[in-house]
Amino acid sequence: MVSEKSDATDGDTTALALKILVAGGFGVGKTTLVGAVSEIRPLRTEETLSEAGRLVDDTDGVDRKVTTTVAMDFGRITIRSGLSLYLFGTPGQDRFWFLWDELAQGALGAVVLADTRRLADCFPAVDYFEHRHIPFVVAVNCFTGARRHDAPSVLRALDLDPGTPVVLCDARDRDSGKEVLIRLVEYAGRMHTARLLDSVR
Amino acid sequence: MTDDITGGGREGPGSQWYDNEAGPLVRPYAMTGGRTRPGPTGARLDLIALVTLAADAPDADDGALGPEHRTLIALCATETQSVAELAADADLPVGVVRVLLGDLVELGCVSVSRPVPPAQLPDERILREVIDGLRAL
Ligand SMILES: Nc1nc2c(ncn2[C@@H]2O[C@H](COP(=O)(O)OP(=O)(O)OP(=O)(O)O)[C@@H](O)[C@H]2O)c(=O)[nH]1
Ligand SMILES: [Mg+2]
Repeated sequence: MVSEKSDATDGDTTALALKILVAGGFGVGKTTLVGAVSEIRPLRTEETLSEAGRLVDDTDGVDRKVTTTVAMDFGRITIRSGLSLYLFGTPGQDRFWFLWDELAQGALGAVVLADTRRLADCFPAVDYFEHRHIPFVVAVNCFTGARRHDAPSVLRALDLDPGTPVVLCDARDRDSGKEVLIRLVEYAGRMHTARLLDSVR
Repeated sequence: MTDDITGGGREGPGSQWYDNEAGPLVRPYAMTGGRTRPGPTGARLDLIALVTLAADAPDADDGALGPEHRTLIALCATETQSVAELAADADLPVGVVRVLLGDLVELGCVSVSRPVPPAQLPDERILREVIDGLRAL
């Protein structure tokens, strides 16, 4: 496959967009995190109920199909003109899992937010990205009142692959959120290099 | 397929599928003439596919363009936009924007670049730039 970049002689003139997902259980701070690091806007996707509720009815075209709106968080961080990061906060409800597949496609990586008071809530997201080999970091949102956990114990509790970064963060804090994203981009770069090396070995 | 647009307000038989949990029911496809899939050139545009106004775009007053088409053109006029941004800024659902963009591509008004697959992308130089950019934010 020919990439966009090869169309242009100078890579800097080709606009590039990178996609990062922010996932995790209900109320774990996804919207807060996206809002802390970028100008957040709601993004509406609409799904036909046949898709969401598996009422397959695809025969008479689509004119009458009723759709339901699913809102996602969406934020953009402009690195420079022609290079932007796009953040997508995934819908927390299980019934919208099918939306994830589209979101995950071509993603640079993902942030899985976790709350140590209910760690299990982030299992589905962890499983999802592990199975698809999408690089992710686990960001532990340190809510006040939650007992402080150290990163290694979270790594063990979640049974993560040893290299997976675990970062403690405050989703409300811009610098903290930036740090989470930096760790993710670094990790995605390392994963990518490792795969490249594997493929030539 | 586009010739029986009846605008909003039509009570279809599907209205009974109202589902509180899923959010408000809408008929966003009225403005696309009921089409929920883009034409062949619009295919399945990625949320971060970038949309650029064609230099030789036909006149925006073209009769084939609806108000939503023109909104999208106006949004692209200042700078290249992603599909997601267009949807958020035009306050239209993503699926609708995909259909409208498919029309605009066919009319030669805009060009859409596929995102570079990350398997080919994370060019170290670019990732470095991203990291430095985030730090400087
Ligand atoms: N104390 C504290 N509160 C936080 C933190 N992060 C988020 N909150 C609060 O927790 C609540 C939920 O945060 P959201 O960002 O809406 O969580 P979410 O993951 O988007 O929630 P859903 O979209 O409903 O799944 C809000 O009231 C936030 O203000 C944090 O780091 N510390
Ligand atoms: Mg939210």
